[in-house]
Amino acid sequence: MTTASTLTTEAGPAPRGAGLRWARRAAPYLGVVPFGVFVIVFLLWPTYIVITGAFEGKDGGFDLSAITEVVTQESHRSAFQKSITISLITALAGSVLGALLAWAISIGRSNGPLRRASLAGAGVFAQFGGVMLAFAFLATFGFNGMVTVFFNDHFGDTFLSDASWLYGLGGLCVVYTFFQIPLMLIVFLPSVENLRPQWREASESLGGTTWEYWRHVGGPILFPSFIGAALLLFANAFSAYATAAALVSQGSPIVPLQIRGALSSEVALGNASLGKALALGMVVVVAIVMTGYALLQRRASKWSQ
Amino acid sequence: MVAVTSRTGLRIRTTWRWVILLFVGFYLLLPMVAMLDFSTRGAPGTRSLESWTSIPSSPGLIEGIVASLELAVLSVLGTMVLLVPTMVWVHLRVPRLRRSMEVVCLLPLTIPAIVLVVGIAPIYKWVTFFLGGSPLTLTFVYMVLVLPFAHRAIDASLRSVDVVTLSEAARTLGASWLRTLVGVIIPNIRVGIMSAAVISIALVLGEYTIASLLNFDTLQPVITLIGKRDAGVSVAVSLAALIFAFLLLIALPTSDGMRAAGETVD
Repeated sequence: MTTASTLTTEAGPAPRGAGLRWARRAAPYLGVVPFGVFVIVFLLWPTYIVITGAFEGKDGGFDLSAITEVVTQESHRSAFQKSITISLITALAGSVLGALLAWAISIGRSNGPLRRASLAGAGVFAQFGGVMLAFAFLATFGFNGMVTVFFNDHFGDTFLSDASWLYGLGGLCVVYTFFQIPLMLIVFLPSVENLRPQWREASESLGGTTWEYWRHVGGPILFPSFIGAALLLFANAFSAYATAAALVSQGSPIVPLQIRGALSSEVALGNASLGKALALGMVVVVAIVMTGYALLQRRASKWSQ
Repeated sequence: MVAVTSRTGLRIRTTWRWVILLFVGFYLLLPMVAMLDFSTRGAPGTRSLESWTSIPSSPGLIEGIVASLELAVLSVLGTMVLLVPTMVWVHLRVPRLRRSMEVVCLLPLTIPAIVLVVGIAPIYKWVTFFLGGSPLTLTFVYMVLVLPFAHRAIDASLRSVDVVTLSEAARTLGASWLRTLVGVIIPNIRVGIMSAAVISIALVLGEYTIASLLNFDTLQPVITLIGKRDAGVSVAVSLAALIFAFLLLIALPTSDGMRAAGETVD
């Protein structure tokens, strides 16, 4: 530090001093280099490969055919439609049920066993599930699942005694909602716990009913973080691959499964850019949603002091 | 905790609370009960532990579990060695990079694993060329995957202690930069490091997308493979893994870890 300041005095030879000064100023940045190199090789470079690869033809030159194929071909378009539909439905169901659950947990003891167990369980289901949740639902609603067998034994022919729905889009919605609710709990609980008791007391001492409190105080405060969390849930469902891959073995109804198909047939067909074009499509959708999320989060953080 | 003035209001709220807890709890716990039922089924009408006892003899399963555990340890170590010194350094010496570092660390959240695998497959041809085809090479991608969660947990910890004063005090007393980091700063942010580690372990043990598409036999791809032949064993292993992860997360020292993991960008 002291040497740096002496170098700035005018006595030193100007050109050498300037170079050294520059080196001094740049030195702290060297500490970031290992991390920077790692991130460039394993995060930014793959992203670059996906983006440029989507615009590459078979000969390696610029080509829009893969993008055109994704936009115009019926099977890809319907995959995007189905992916978005599933994500919308499960984000809606997950955010409403998860928010109610967060409220129910927030009015309990702040470090009680219920809260601890719920948060640990939510962490497991939301971030760890994937394949194992697919097996959990096979054991529940699959052809030999507990509920299916129970309904067959006691009620005969009903909707639940035939398990084939589980392997279609309806099944995906049910399983996805299962990991959306816990994610909502994790993301939304801090906001609910930030609602100050004084606000409710103020509302009540002014004669406000419970409905009026939620309509005019609690609701408006929680609204931005609720929508933000719902967007996060949408992105989460849209990106999910493991559960669908383990559950759906025939056909590729949703985008992540189409990417799997494109990757496995890449060598045979010599069409490497299709997978990348589909991947780019996913990035675009997720980026739009996550931008909205970040904006809303900034607004929501106004109340979280 | 909300103070409620009227007695009926309290009763209504308690009723609603339990209705919600029971309803959502039923939905979330039913599949777990079903897994227990499914994995202990014997001949019609009887119970049997065969699915559980045949876990050790299932081909590839033990190897998969070992590979995943090793990967979890390596990824946590790698992330900590890379991320903690860098974050502390940025915090102390180049605070203007803090925001960009946060953006970079959160980037993996916007890039789905299935997309990352498309871009990283060509890079892994080089990784395999230099380091061989061991599943442990997955450490590099997994370090990317855990980046957002590790960053959040450590960042929350760093904000809660006065790192600048601490390090200045240590430096004035003659401690080297390394000594300051290991002896002073790390003990003060250990809660954040612990929760980052636990979340990373859970994430790595449950990862399927990248491992399966790069053709590595870690725990999850092996479970799926076995499931095609003997669903009972797969269900048993899945239930065991879920319980293991649950115990791991509930053992977290305080609830701050989960808060940090769930808390979002400021």
